Amino acid sequence: MSLDPSYLEYPRRGRGMDHEHYPYSSLFDRNPVEWPDGKKLMIWPVISLEYFPMVPNDDPFRAPGHMQTAYPDYRHYTAREYGTRIGIYRLLGAFEKVGAKVSVATNSLIAERYPQLVEDIVSAGHEIIAHSTDMNGTIASGMAESDEKALIEGSLASLQKATGIRPRGWLSIARSQSFNTAKLLADAGVEYMCDWANDELPYKFQTDAGAITNIPLNHELSDRQIINVQQHSVDSYAQQMRDAADWLLAETEQYGGRMLPMHLTPYIMGLPYRISSFEELVADFAKRKDIAFARGEKILDSWKAQQ
Amino acid sequence: MSEAQKSDPGLYDYLPYRGRPKIEWPEGKTCAVWIAPNLEFYELDPAVNPHRKSWPKPHPDVVGYSHRDHANRVSHWRMAEMMTKHGFPGSVSLSVALCDHIPEVVEDANQRGWEFFSHGIYNTRYSYGMDEVQERAIIEDSIATVERTTGQRIRGWLAPALTHTPRTLDLLAEYGMDYTCDLYHDDQPTDVKVKSGQLTAIPYSLEVNDHYGFFVYNMSPREYADTLIRQYDRLAEEGGQSGTVMCIPLHSYLIGQPHRIGPFEAVLEHIAADGRAWITKAGDIVDAFRKQTGGAS
Repeated sequence: MSLDPSYLEYPRRGRGMDHEHYPYSSLFDRNPVEWPDGKKLMIWPVISLEYFPMVPNDDPFRAPGHMQTAYPDYRHYTAREYGTRIGIYRLLGAFEKVGAKVSVATNSLIAERYPQLVEDIVSAGHEIIAHSTDMNGTIASGMAESDEKALIEGSLASLQKATGIRPRGWLSIARSQSFNTAKLLADAGVEYMCDWANDELPYKFQTDAGAITNIPLNHELSDRQIINVQQHSVDSYAQQMRDAADWLLAETEQYGGRMLPMHLTPYIMGLPYRISSFEELVADFAKRKDIAFARGEKILDSWKAQQ
Repeated sequence: MSEAQKSDPGLYDYLPYRGRPKIEWPEGKTCAVWIAPNLEFYELDPAVNPHRKSWPKPHPDVVGYSHRDHANRVSHWRMAEMMTKHGFPGSVSLSVALCDHIPEVVEDANQRGWEFFSHGIYNTRYSYGMDEVQERAIIEDSIATVERTTGQRIRGWLAPALTHTPRTLDLLAEYGMDYTCDLYHDDQPTDVKVKSGQLTAIPYSLEVNDHYGFFVYNMSPREYADTLIRQYDRLAEEGGQSGTVMCIPLHSYLIGQPHRIGPFEAVLEHIAADGRAWITKAGDIVDAFRKQTGGAS
């Protein structure tokens, strides 16, 4: 019994990371970031707007939240549609009440199927981030590069056609990438991606097609993780977000501006029994003078101007 | 596996909790408390071990990898600063390749006076399936790498990703290691039966590991803090009969997240203020235990 000798060889064991995408950097050793208008903490809401075809695709993997029963899975198909009919408007309403502009990570098929919804989002001043084509548009290694390129281009082109604006940001389904994704995004002119959760400020991510910025969208602080996966109440979610904001604000005293991602799912947070607690959280944050809500592109522009 | 598998690994003799000799900690403290930060490096595209997958998803597992990379870029610094603020040293479970990749983190821990033990080369390289020569190689690599980087001779072991072979404990003792963190049968130290030398199992309190708290039991940050306080209160009380050990095993990428680190502070405040805690490092606990029990258990 033994392992192949190569298992005890470590070709990438050396200074820095085991890849070329970014150098090591401690958050606490960087030049302090200053956000516009003297704000200390930028809260970045990202609402995922998802269309789940009732025939799921398992290649390369089935998206979280997808169909679960034998065909026809009316239960999950319609419960997800609840998010795009009702839940999204509750979430947008919570932000409109305080005048906040947010990012909406949108499957391009949503723009094709529900143009009124996308018009409502864009005309209110929110940002559309490209979020693949539909919830069958998952990405992982093993996918042909040409297929992945077509998926990315298709999503961007369709959203551009629907809104008149080429999306500047990209969020992969389940934040899942292949080894080619970042390069293909950079090549397609995408300025930032939200998939890598390793930091709490934007950072430059190198690819063979040039650099792209990664703005970390903390998956641990998503409603999906806290409410669906860990099964906490919405009140506990709100407490956790408040604790996070308090901690980060305290850090700004010494280390400069911080950001707090707030990843939301309409069919999760937009339920009647959850939304009031969420609205209260948003209203509380809006009242604090050192906190602002921001779209991803605003964080990107501000951060980039200081590099 | 070609070697015979045993139903009873014969690690130690049964010793009921009642009627044990009294273990005394310094200055009349009843519970020895140690914190074990896991300072790790995970590979983006590791070699494949036929006995266990490294990542649940095809490489690159972006969420898995980047979540853990948060430790070295962000959350180690938060966690370490809070431990120092409240007077808690670390006994580090170290992926020794971190010494090569990100020595900044290892040096920070060393400067804080923390102790190091090995948690393997990477937390994406497992011991399952290793032959004796291979297993000796990772032990020797661990000893040499940590000594070169920190000047410390490692005294303990927590198997990489908790992957063992039936010969691991004998080899650790042969190399002069004093303790293992891999056995979860007790709230007090136990000497383990090994072929040569002496090896003590120190309680690592896996059930209150932050990974268990957050991802096995799905606790909120405040529930986890409350859990640690209850764990401590009970062990400090029972330790009046015979000294107990509580470990707080941490991963900074979990405990150092912005929604968790604030609630966690209440735990350190509680234990530091209580008066019954001997707040120390793993090696000191093993030394104090051995002074009282000698070579035999």
